[in-house]
Amino acid sequence: MDTYSFLRELADSWVLLAMFAFFAGAAVWAFWPGLSHAREDASMIPFRNDTPEKSCTNDCAACKCGHEWKDKFHD
Amino acid sequence: MDYVKLIILALITLIAAIGANWAHDLAYQVHAVLIMVIAAGLFFWILRQTDEPKPAVDIHRYADGVIRAGVIATAFWGIAGFLVGTFIAFQLAFPALNFDWGQPFTNFGRLRPLHTSAVIFAFGGNALIATSFYVVQRTSGARLWGGKAHWFVFWGYQLFIVLAATGYLLGATQSKEYAEPEWYVDIWLTLVWLTYLAVFLGTIFRRKERHIYVANWFFLAFIITVAMLHVVNNLSVPVSIWGSKSVQIFSGVQDAMTQWWYGHNAVGFFLTAGFLGMMYYFVPKQANRPIYSYKLSIIHFWALIFLYIWAGPHHLHYTALPDWASTLGMVFSIVLWMPSWGGMINGLMTLQGAWDKLRTDPILRMFVLSLGFYGMSTFEGPMMSIRAVNSLSHYTDWTIGHVHSGALGWNGMITFACIYFLTPRLWGRKEMHSMSAINWHFWLATLGIVLYAASMWISGIMEGLMWREVDDQGFLVNSFADTVSAKFPMYVVRGMGGVMFLAGALIMCWNMWMTIRGAAPARAALPQATPAE
Repeated sequence: MDTYSFLRELADSWVLLAMFAFFAGAAVWAFWPGLSHAREDASMIPFRNDTPEKSCTNDCAACKCGHEWKDKFHD
Repeated sequence: MDYVKLIILALITLIAAIGANWAHDLAYQVHAVLIMVIAAGLFFWILRQTDEPKPAVDIHRYADGVIRAGVIATAFWGIAGFLVGTFIAFQLAFPALNFDWGQPFTNFGRLRPLHTSAVIFAFGGNALIATSFYVVQRTSGARLWGGKAHWFVFWGYQLFIVLAATGYLLGATQSKEYAEPEWYVDIWLTLVWLTYLAVFLGTIFRRKERHIYVANWFFLAFIITVAMLHVVNNLSVPVSIWGSKSVQIFSGVQDAMTQWWYGHNAVGFFLTAGFLGMMYYFVPKQANRPIYSYKLSIIHFWALIFLYIWAGPHHLHYTALPDWASTLGMVFSIVLWMPSWGGMINGLMTLQGAWDKLRTDPILRMFVLSLGFYGMSTFEGPMMSIRAVNSLSHYTDWTIGHVHSGALGWNGMITFACIYFLTPRLWGRKEMHSMSAINWHFWLATLGIVLYAASMWISGIMEGLMWREVDDQGFLVNSFADTVSAKFPMYVVRGMGGVMFLAGALIMCWNMWMTIRGAAPARAALPQATPAE
């Protein structure tokens, strides 16, 4: 069998099945009851690890905000 | 290390100088001179720092410098891309704008890829790089991996843009839509992109959170898939190493299929998956509540990834492509409607219980509008991929209207909203300089898109119907030129829409400028303002 026919055959059968099984598995995993808490926890990630809000006093000489930008262009 | 850099830069300068001398065409020559000058400049810049004490970098902070630069670059290239787009829109309405003195550099054929690349890759790409760096650090609790590699990604990407854009004007193109840059520019982008992948992955490996937040999945899918698409679609053999011309490895229908596999997934992974990464972080942040359903976001991700990659053949209905392949593309495009709307619903429902914020928060309003346009164009797209609809819509302005409702509405609006979110945070301000300017931007951009999309729908359907109109003898009723003159009013309206969209973006730039340079934010309270709770 030439390469094209072999790959075509493979894609239509086992690879299709494997991909569909993977997708179904991911869907089941997403809704797995025991992981419900983990999902909730994951959805809160954007609200952690944030840098504290700093406000600029417009006084670069006394500024301690330490932005790289300032370091790069004002010193 | 500095010595290694110096040797490499000296070699690049030398080779570029030889290239400038031996170049077979103008574009290659200009690029060789450009690279020579940049490499020589970098050589001296590094030489001056060699054996000097290095300023210490505080590694206990997020690397935000590159994101600040990225936000500015996004705004800059946005203006450039919108400006060129508006200009070529008027070139179509008034052909005299293809000035004789500017030929061949400023004709529509050369400016059009400049416009598409500037808005997709320069404006959208910078927005994606900046936001992905911001999001991956915040959701991993880790600084960007790889020392200063992120600066290489940023500047390397800008160089890619400049090489691509100048190349188009000077006539270097491999004539593949959205993949026009010639071979050496492609190789350079591959290097930059792999560094981008390394920085992104390295940061994820360093994360403090156990779980990788879903936005990073979308960003990672975007980076990996674009790398794969870019390499395969740009397989070509240069005619000479001292010239820009190259010959594609694929030919005929294989080449067409590879091109639209690339082209449609550039939409699917660059303009959709990447921007969904933005959506999954910034919409919850701006609404100040977690995503509506994290489970749905997992399904959304895998469904999108599994389906999008097959949709490309719908660009090749009624061509030499086998029927089964274009049917496959059509079916997957229609199935794709579901995850797209799942994602839109997930984003919109995040506002559940906080819809009142839309009244007071113009940034959130932009996010919601962009999701609305995402939903609209992901409905329109599958519909247009149906063979019967496509036979009417293909080659007409309907396609252009569809692309722009997605690109201006979804990609443009979400990028503007992200810029408004990031600018005050990155420069340590409380909020943008002017909230009413954001409102102006919102309405100008919205009306601009409406004018654009509506005029293109009318023009496209009219054009499609005129092309297929036959009289009772079976002869075609209209000549091609008839459709061109019939489209004139719609072209003018489309141009006006572009002017409004551009005006909104200019207001944004002014607002950014005032926020960044630290003019006192206008915070005067309205008399007896009541909180919107």
